[in-house]
Amino acid sequence: MYTFSSRLKIASIVMMIVGALGLGYGFITMPTSVEEAKAMVASHDDGHGGSHGEGTHANTDSHGEHDASHDEHLLHQLQNKPWAALYVAAFFFFMIALGTLAFYAVQRASQAGWSPLLFRVMEGISAYLVPGGIIVFVILVLSVMHMNHLFVWMDADVVAHDKLLQGKAGYLDPVFFLIRAAIFLGGWILYREYSRKLSIKQDESNDNSSFKLNFKISAAFLVFYLISESMMSWDWIMSVDPHWFSTLFGWYVFASMFVSGITVIAMVTIYLKSKNYLPDVNDSHIHDLAKFMFGISIFWTYLWFSQFMLIWYSNIPEEVTYFVTRIEDYKLPFFGMVVMNFVFPFLILMNSDYKRINWFVIMAGIVILAGHYVDIFNMIMPATVGDQWYIGIPEIGAILFFAGFFIFWVFRALGTVPLQPKRNPFIEESRHFHY
Amino acid sequence: MASKVIHAYYNDDDVLMHAVKKIKEAKHHIEEVYCPFPVHGLDKAMGLAPTRIAITSFMYGCLGLAVAIAMMDYIMIDDWPQDIGGKPSFSYIENMPAFVPIMFELTVFFAAHLMVITFYLRSRLWPFKKAENPDVRTTDDHFVMEIEIHDNEKELRNLLLDTGAVEISIADKNDH
Repeated sequence: MYTFSSRLKIASIVMMIVGALGLGYGFITMPTSVEEAKAMVASHDDGHGGSHGEGTHANTDSHGEHDASHDEHLLHQLQNKPWAALYVAAFFFFMIALGTLAFYAVQRASQAGWSPLLFRVMEGISAYLVPGGIIVFVILVLSVMHMNHLFVWMDADVVAHDKLLQGKAGYLDPVFFLIRAAIFLGGWILYREYSRKLSIKQDESNDNSSFKLNFKISAAFLVFYLISESMMSWDWIMSVDPHWFSTLFGWYVFASMFVSGITVIAMVTIYLKSKNYLPDVNDSHIHDLAKFMFGISIFWTYLWFSQFMLIWYSNIPEEVTYFVTRIEDYKLPFFGMVVMNFVFPFLILMNSDYKRINWFVIMAGIVILAGHYVDIFNMIMPATVGDQWYIGIPEIGAILFFAGFFIFWVFRALGTVPLQPKRNPFIEESRHFHY
Repeated sequence: MASKVIHAYYNDDDVLMHAVKKIKEAKHHIEEVYCPFPVHGLDKAMGLAPTRIAITSFMYGCLGLAVAIAMMDYIMIDDWPQDIGGKPSFSYIENMPAFVPIMFELTVFFAAHLMVITFYLRSRLWPFKKAENPDVRTTDDHFVMEIEIHDNEKELRNLLLDTGAVEISIADKNDH
């Protein structure tokens, strides 16, 4: 039985407080008028920001009108900054829990013999799905209520002047959007809670009926998950760029969440093992998790490159703007994440011996998680804050807040039941797993 | 003087594994074990050094990647930088996404094929090679352990019978 160490509890609470202060600072310093926004940009970079507006457009007739719309755009971007920081971090940690849940369902549906020893760890991590999902949902509701400008298609004024958005209005409808989000979250949370209940019931039962039922609902959940996850990625992420579309986007987001989830499973397992809470977990289990981290990192890269290369190659204007803005304004994060999510884990985790060394896995895990945060950052920021991005106090504050909350919730959930399932039919195989 | 070897026959891989451990404990050197199929853990029990073929494969992969880059950089960028459908042939990096599929495939091609050839060379396998198994049954359902004899035939024979050998024979050492 795991007891939440008080040091970790205090650390997570401190992270939440510091993070909340950072986020609060972001919201307080958010400009409320066009003048404030212009002053902020001028004080930050009077070098190139100023000369752009005055130099090139100075002699055109529509100068005044153009500048006004430009300034309002700038105001919206700056107002979006703390919201986008909040949204990216909220989604990132929610996505870890969801990726873990998908991995857990795969392990159950495939009747894997090595992983039952880690089921309680996965269940503990996916416990964050409930509060994390509710937070993301609340942010979406606030967006629909026009508290922010994250989703431009929610602005009726914009849609009125945009033929393309009018064409998509049937799907991108604020009420329908929230109903879909509620269905996705409801389905995921329902599976998580029910599977967890069956998993605990199996420990005390005399037959395998709970285990069998869990197998069936896991297989059914995977079908639901693949469809809902794909639609969720269109709704929550792709729709911040409502003029752009990509068919493999759902898998791309899936790869990101899957590898992050597996990485967190490995890190939590190594942490718990280092505290002697998982005596039966051996380095072969860690090796298997590290193999998944390695393999899914490459899978992510495959999808990232397939999406990028197909659009780069054909260079169709309506598709390619997505990457043009990213390469122009986000060069370092855009290509940096490929190094963090591919090159680094590829070289570090290729050696079979290294995959058994705990600190190697932890180190690779930290880089992979940071890389996938940057991945989500690259998906949301260009459409919401544009070239005004910066990883500053609100962004780091949001990461700290949700990281603290995630740690607090996950380790609290880990402490509620014994960490090793008792009557899982595969538990003996898992205990003697050796690769 | 041709040295002699003793061949101990087993018909079960579990018995074989125990036999190997016992023989190693008795400090005899096992020349070879012939099996009809891979016996999990036999290499560890015999104390064989781990294979380094994965390391060679990694190096061959690096070579393949270098070949792909050098080839395409020369052909597409240096030698005749044509404008083909508006692709930017000014530098390698600018047109790199178009080259990645070939870079990937050549890396895999070199890593796979050169590793297989390395395996054939190191394990001395080629089409007209004379088969080396001491008994045809070792390809079907028998395991044979081969130990060199140094004036200790009787002692070895007893030890091997103790480990559950079903048959024991003496043969000239097959130098290959």
